[in-house]
Amino acid sequence: MIVAERKPFDEIKSMVKDCKKVFTVGCSTCVAVCLAGGEKEVGILNSELEIARNADGNPIEIGTATLQRQCDTEFLLELKGKIEDYDAIISMACGAGIQFLAEHYPDIPVFPAVDTTSIGINKDVGVYEERCRACGTCVLGMTGGICPVTMCAKGLYNGPCGGTNLGSCEINKDQACAWFKIHERLVKQDRLQNIMDVTPPNDWRNQIPRTTIQPAYKERCEEQKA
Amino acid sequence: MKSGSNLEKVLTNGHFAFTGELGPPRGANIEAIKEKAKFLKGNVDMVNITDNQTAMVRMSSWAAAMIVQELGIEPNYQMVCRDRNRLAMQADILGAYAHGLRNILCLSGDHQQFGDHPQAKGVYDIDSMQLIGMVKKMRDEGKFLGGAEIDTPPKFFIGGAANPFAEPIEWRVHRLAKKVAAGVDFIQTQCVFNMDTMRKWVHMANDMGLTDKVYILPGVTPMKSVGMAKYMKSKVPGMDVPDEIIKRLQGVDKKKVADEGIKIACEQIEEFKEMKGIPGVHLMAIEWEHMVPEIAERAGVLPRPVL
Ligand code: SF4
Ligand code: SF4
Repeated sequence: MIVAERKPFDEIKSMVKDCKKVFTVGCSTCVAVCLAGGEKEVGILNSELEIARNADGNPIEIGTATLQRQCDTEFLLELKGKIEDYDAIISMACGAGIQFLAEHYPDIPVFPAVDTTSIGINKDVGVYEERCRACGTCVLGMTGGICPVTMCAKGLYNGPCGGTNLGSCEINKDQACAWFKIHERLVKQDRLQNIMDVTPPNDWRNQIPRTTIQPAYKERCEEQKA
Repeated sequence: MKSGSNLEKVLTNGHFAFTGELGPPRGANIEAIKEKAKFLKGNVDMVNITDNQTAMVRMSSWAAAMIVQELGIEPNYQMVCRDRNRLAMQADILGAYAHGLRNILCLSGDHQQFGDHPQAKGVYDIDSMQLIGMVKKMRDEGKFLGGAEIDTPPKFFIGGAANPFAEPIEWRVHRLAKKVAAGVDFIQTQCVFNMDTMRKWVHMANDMGLTDKVYILPGVTPMKSVGMAKYMKSKVPGMDVPDEIIKRLQGVDKKKVADEGIKIACEQIEEFKEMKGIPGVHLMAIEWEHMVPEIAERAGVLPRPVL
């Protein structure tokens, strides 16, 4: 899932300091699972804002909706007719959702209430760890299912470097060395041969904005363009 | 000859090589370079010029290398993957060669988090293994990494690093084999303190035929103090300092600790002179350049061959 964390309250408050009426939009998918921007977090943020603005003697009017997914036109259209009168929208979705919302309602300022941090996994209640940087050329098959781009601090393709410290990464004792683990797992699976050859320089495919079209829809896309 | 560098000549002529190290200043201070260089001149075959070591900003390694070269010492131009992408690397390699540099050491580099700009974006477009392959391609095929022809290819003697002491230990010789396959000509190792592990690693490299294909120069660092030994043991990632070394330094009179450190280093060098598959050593007298003449003398590696 996409992992995010809520921005500090003062930062959000200052973004909407000139607004009298704001509309807060949550998202029920990734950011809800990671407890950053679902319906519950929307409610908390709204109350915090109301209390703080009342205390300042500058009350704020807040409207609210939590969509199934903010990264999908179908759900974004549910906001039509509800938000046009507001001074600003606060979005609690990931960076993609926030942008798509802003794209659909370009006349209203949109402010992010979360910092999107990673593509990660649910490690424990409330604990999320990054696992993928969306490099566009997945090498997990070679590396025993451990991502060298994300989990190695230097993103090495031919690790481990000389800094491995008793299985930890050189950057910090609590961070496992990805390449130590890759080696360990490949030995267990008897697949060490996988990393015996030099991996050539990577073809970085995440340097320009990417569009993904599934094969079955290619034709339809081309027709629409024409 | 691949490059015609002094180091290459020393090694191909079968002399026991002795190389040194010089860290560029944290500023544009040429005098600081000259001051360090005067202790190295004539006492080593080549001097490594470090590239923003420990991720601290310093004078660029190619610039400091050129100054050192003008002083009559052959530099080993270090390049790390942390600070530049493949475009900048290839451009610098061409420029360095055009200015007469002939040795290059290809490294990953310490993570930026250690240095004085921990906020920096690490580049790591390619890794040290791929950098070795790129310099070789430029030299032997006369082509850029992207495939285009180079007008006057740079002919470098290509170096790499190896750490026989980092986990997983059993993988280390395979990693060396990968560097050889990538095209490395010489290897300088992490500082050696654990001679047992070192012997085993060299033995495996001999068995795999690697020492016929690459010149391995073990890193030798004399301990200046008990504090330094303890610091290296506990604080420097990938460093293996056995307790015996610390005990031996603790066992001598306080005034004699540095001397004992040099003694240990010289004993190591003596052993390396006899070790099969080891054609020289790399002396890393960190911020102790003024001791290099004495260490070289006591290690019995003077005079250096003039070729
Ligand atoms: S290699 Fe790593 S960053 Fe790239 S797609 Fe696979 S998991 Fe993601
Ligand atoms: S210690 Fe391991 S994880 Fe850390 S940078 Fe080196 S190879 Fe990567």
